[in-house]
Amino acid sequence: MMTRKQKRLSIIAGAMAFLALAAGLVLFALRQEIVFFRTPSDLVTMSIKPGVKLRLGGRVEKGSVVRGAGTQVSFGVTDTDKAVKVTYDGILPDLFREEQGVVVEGALAGDGVFVADTVLAKHDENYMPKEVADALKEKGVWQGAAKP
Amino acid sequence: MIVELGHFALTLALALSLVQAAAPLAGTTLGDHRLMAVAGPTAMAAFLMTALSFAALMASYAASDFSVANVYANSHSLQPMIFKLTSVWGNHEGSMLLWALILTLFGALVALFGGNLPERLRANVIAVQGVVGVAFFLFLLLTSNPFARLDPAPIEGEDLNPILQDFGLAVHPPLLYLGYVGYSICFAFAVAALIDGKLDAAWARWVRPWTMAAWIFLTLGIAMGSYWAYYELGWGGFWFWDPVENASFMPWLAGTALLHSAIVMEKREALKIWTVLLAIIAFSFSLLGTFLVRSGVLTSVHAFATDPARGVFILAILVIFIGGSLALFALRAQTLNAGGLFHPISREGALVFNNLILVTAAATVFVGTLYPLFLEAIDGSKISVGAPFFNLTFGALAAPLLIAVPFGPMMAWKRGDLFAATQRLFAALGGALAIGALVMLFVDRNALFAALGAALAAWLLLGAVSDLVLRAGLSKGASVSWSRLKGLPNSVYGTALGHAGLGLTVLGMAMTSALQEERILAMKTGESVEVAGYRLDFKAYEPTQGPNFTEDRALFDLTGTGGEALGEIFAGKRVYQARRMPTTESGIRTFGFSQLYVSLGDPQDNGGIAVRIWWKPFVTLIWIGGVVMALGGLVSLADRRLRVGAPAARRKPVAVVQ
Repeated sequence: MMTRKQKRLSIIAGAMAFLALAAGLVLFALRQEIVFFRTPSDLVTMSIKPGVKLRLGGRVEKGSVVRGAGTQVSFGVTDTDKAVKVTYDGILPDLFREEQGVVVEGALAGDGVFVADTVLAKHDENYMPKEVADALKEKGVWQGAAKP
Repeated sequence: MIVELGHFALTLALALSLVQAAAPLAGTTLGDHRLMAVAGPTAMAAFLMTALSFAALMASYAASDFSVANVYANSHSLQPMIFKLTSVWGNHEGSMLLWALILTLFGALVALFGGNLPERLRANVIAVQGVVGVAFFLFLLLTSNPFARLDPAPIEGEDLNPILQDFGLAVHPPLLYLGYVGYSICFAFAVAALIDGKLDAAWARWVRPWTMAAWIFLTLGIAMGSYWAYYELGWGGFWFWDPVENASFMPWLAGTALLHSAIVMEKREALKIWTVLLAIIAFSFSLLGTFLVRSGVLTSVHAFATDPARGVFILAILVIFIGGSLALFALRAQTLNAGGLFHPISREGALVFNNLILVTAAATVFVGTLYPLFLEAIDGSKISVGAPFFNLTFGALAAPLLIAVPFGPMMAWKRGDLFAATQRLFAALGGALAIGALVMLFVDRNALFAALGAALAAWLLLGAVSDLVLRAGLSKGASVSWSRLKGLPNSVYGTALGHAGLGLTVLGMAMTSALQEERILAMKTGESVEVAGYRLDFKAYEPTQGPNFTEDRALFDLTGTGGEALGEIFAGKRVYQARRMPTTESGIRTFGFSQLYVSLGDPQDNGGIAVRIWWKPFVTLIWIGGVVMALGGLVSLADRRLRVGAPAARRKPVAVVQ
């Protein structure tokens, strides 16, 4: 038979061990599983290694969208200073348009082309991804959420 | 005129909430029964005024009165009537008014059904509810007035965001808010208990049904939202770990924990202080969710507003309520008498384990959701925390919880026997392993994840059935079993249904995630494609016209696995005229529990169109499981109701203590 103290201690010890485990897991996951947001200028200046997963945000460059065979598509993402070529195989979101804000997730390939596995353009015609708007503001080229 | 009436009613509701907050609190402080008695009628009057105000806004939407800024910005005269009406809460101002309406509704319900509550508790609960009301009415009137006028009135409205022009909008937000705001009652009860420094089984008996009711609505609201996102967004996913989804998931986790700890408190008078804290946490998560969604700090489908003043206001509400209640908790918690102790291996112990995991899981979701905001504030770097983070942390926590679920109901109160419980679960364990092996053998040799998921789901389902079967005692003959089953309290059935529903959801998630088939390709009319044995012949691509949109519709002839014709399936791309905004209409056919899902991409230069086709096995079980969970809650609630009405004899000693 356990005493009151033992009962209380065993529950507290169990809870503490469990929380420590969970905290460790969260810290590990935060180190491994987060994705940094970069602008095209960052990509050019920061010499990011190919294969590192990241998010790239900017505007879709005017006249840059080229559709290839099947569902292949390539386009430029620009922050008006630098531009990066992005390739993607899949279905673009409804609100993907030239000169609209876009965020793509993926990694740089060896040749400097960004290979996207996800393209995000959110569901509002005024929508400018917050990260993109902030980055454009920093560059002083933000013109407000322009209506198409 | 109606609009001004609505505005005036809203202002009156604020005034009434001020009285509702102040008078009963003064009454309980001074011991004045007349002041305490003010609580009930003002709560009901505040509800009536808010309802009037809400009706006025609805009337201006129904009449397409574009002189109201809110109607102009979110409605269009060509919308079908159902969408005109649901547009009321398809925007920031209107949805906050709905929030306030439901808040006052719950206040009025406590006033209406709280006749047998101890007088002081009732007054304090309604007063706390009033304080929350004051904050939100001020928020509405000062930063988000839905009745602001435009002069001159525009001729045509700007239309509602097309993505919201769907039946889902009629159901999802009201259900979700009933859940979110329902926790305000638990919060009010917790704060009232802290104010009075008194907590007893009667308190738990009252809190449980309210928690249960809120939880049922929240469960249905989340399930509905998930299905809506699944069919409307055309991405074919059921959960994206989007910050706004997390915002609704955190209160759900905390509420589920509260639901279970309240059982311990009611039955065993243990875990009292913890239950009070959980009630505060659950509502804090609701407020946090409101903040995340409404302040515009996060970008999402749900973030209507990006006015910084609103964000600051809600942040202030958040700080005052969460900070205030936690401070009160820190000051007063030790005055509450601590409950009884129990052996770690017992029903109580099992429920503590449940609470520990659910709260930790909610904490990991919290960290993952807010870490990007936090990091940006610290060093300005922008990151995103996505599905891999949540799958790893939340998944690792959920797995042991799911394994433990069937043990809970098998354990005795106070002191249980883990070995005996395991013995009783042998049949369920055997069944679960067999089903996992069958999936491995016959469905997909390589899908270890599917096999594990199926085994886990079977374990939950069979565990729930085992509980009922063992309670019925099948060896005693059919008639004895039958009468025993009839005699079981509703809460036993509620538990079994709730846990079985969880099993169904897990099964749906595991099967869909592991065994779905996907094809993305460019198609021209006349071409055909085969997915999971079904053949789709692309027959036509033609424009059609809706009330306020045009649609390019792709028609496919569907042929089944045995070559039988299954009719047509069509998917479309719509463009809504007012906003010039395109949306995807997915084509879905249900076969048993599985679905074939078609969505369209962009037209190709050579005249073809990008098409995405999924075969999603057992996908509907994800949401059916949610409905079954809610049903379990309802069954259990039916039991509680009777008990809440009944305990007149038990209530007397409580009244004497005062």
